Amino acid sequence: MDYSELLKVTGILLQYLLPTLKIFGYTLAFSIPLGMVVAMLKMCRFKPVSWITNIYILIMRGTPLMLQIITIYYAIPMIQTGGSDFFGGLFSGFDTRSDTYQFTALLIAFVLNYAAYFAEIFRGGIEAIAKGQHEAAFTLGFTKTQTFFRIILPQVVKRVLPASSNEVITLVKDTSLANVIAYAEIFRKAKEQMVFYSSLAPLFIAGVFYFVMNAVLTVVFNFIEKKLDYYQ
Amino acid sequence: MSVLEIKNISKSFGTLDVIKDISFSVEKGQVVSVIGPSGSGKSTLLRCATMLEKVDSGYIAYGDNIMVSNDAAGRAKYSDKATLNKIKLSTGLIFQNFNLFPHLSVLRNITEAPVCVLKKDKNEARQTALELLDKMGLSDKADSYPCQLSGGQQQRVSIARALALDPEILFFDEPTSALDPELTGEILKVIRTLAEDNMTMVIVTHEMAFARDVSDHVIFMDGGYIVEQGEPNEIINNPSSERMRTFLKRIIEK
Repeated sequence: MDYSELLKVTGILLQYLLPTLKIFGYTLAFSIPLGMVVAMLKMCRFKPVSWITNIYILIMRGTPLMLQIITIYYAIPMIQTGGSDFFGGLFSGFDTRSDTYQFTALLIAFVLNYAAYFAEIFRGGIEAIAKGQHEAAFTLGFTKTQTFFRIILPQVVKRVLPASSNEVITLVKDTSLANVIAYAEIFRKAKEQMVFYSSLAPLFIAGVFYFVMNAVLTVVFNFIEKKLDYYQ
Repeated sequence: MSVLEIKNISKSFGTLDVIKDISFSVEKGQVVSVIGPSGSGKSTLLRCATMLEKVDSGYIAYGDNIMVSNDAAGRAKYSDKATLNKIKLSTGLIFQNFNLFPHLSVLRNITEAPVCVLKKDKNEARQTALELLDKMGLSDKADSYPCQLSGGQQQRVSIARALALDPEILFFDEPTSALDPELTGEILKVIRTLAEDNMTMVIVTHEMAFARDVSDHVIFMDGGYIVEQGEPNEIINNPSSERMRTFLKRIIEK
């Protein structure tokens, strides 16, 4: 491939940066709050809730994300047409022939998967806070909600940051899995261009894209960790 | 009326009876020391008095506010939330390992509860906090973080934090046990000053000389019971029970 071709491929891949970032951004925006909820459910003192949550986490972490994406993408239309009235009704809200269905299915898979990982990180962080912090807050008259948001959560954020940054960086690379259901993002386009030019260069350029994104994220996370360095 | 009245409280963890049928009362301005070997139930007693643990049976009241009393079946029945909250705010607890909030500055550690719980004006809370820090000899540490302070300084901040809610009574759970011997003195000095200001206090301690000098009343606990209680000089210099004599002998030998 000559220089102008490389430039052209870079331009094409740049156009598909947005879909990649869309998966990344939406997944984070939904999976972090959901992960918080799942962590709470797992710590629930009513055991059946804790067990069911555990099964969900086991499945999400125990099977490949690629398999989950494909399953969810094809399962929803199958349940709608072939399933019982109850399950069919449950998924009737999805218009599987619409333009946005592909992205919706993708997002469901990514969010469910990442929420499970975040939940385990958050749970570990919450449980690592010394009991004395809860007790001090209790004797000072803080309500449970105040204790959580003012005393516990800020300390949890600091503790879960290193593990969370790992997840976020992995997510950047995992967005490439969207290509299994033909969602047009950087990796899918790079593969097309690779075939078109019979060259590995497009893949290499895609690699540089992912690398740069993660370099930026690493700098951001280092900055935040430094910011939180003022205690302990 | 007594600031604190405890009657026949019992508490067990599983099959282990930690507190058995304990009764005593604390008058306004009184300083009560609780001494005894480890595992005798002293800390659990404080934790029950501050609601960190729930008693199985018995009666605890602060002035007019009844925290817990027995129902018809002889089981502990706690009062409604509003009463318990009132009690919580009228009592302060100083922990052995301080339990300061590491992510908040010294000043915020002290103002957080007055502002969030008592809904005090921020500037007013700040002013009170600075006065308390001054009293603790820490006026230059307002903007520091707990991890930048020595153990003794941290404990003084935690005392200021408890005082910021203007409690009727302060509980100390071995306030000097986590400190180096040379830092113990500064905490004892603060407690002494509080005693001179007529603060009502219950102190669990291993410092015999301090208990004798500062307190008006000493309680000796062993095996979950109060074995002896009375005037500090009487109790510590002329113990009437064999168990108290053995305990004191062991302490002196150390």
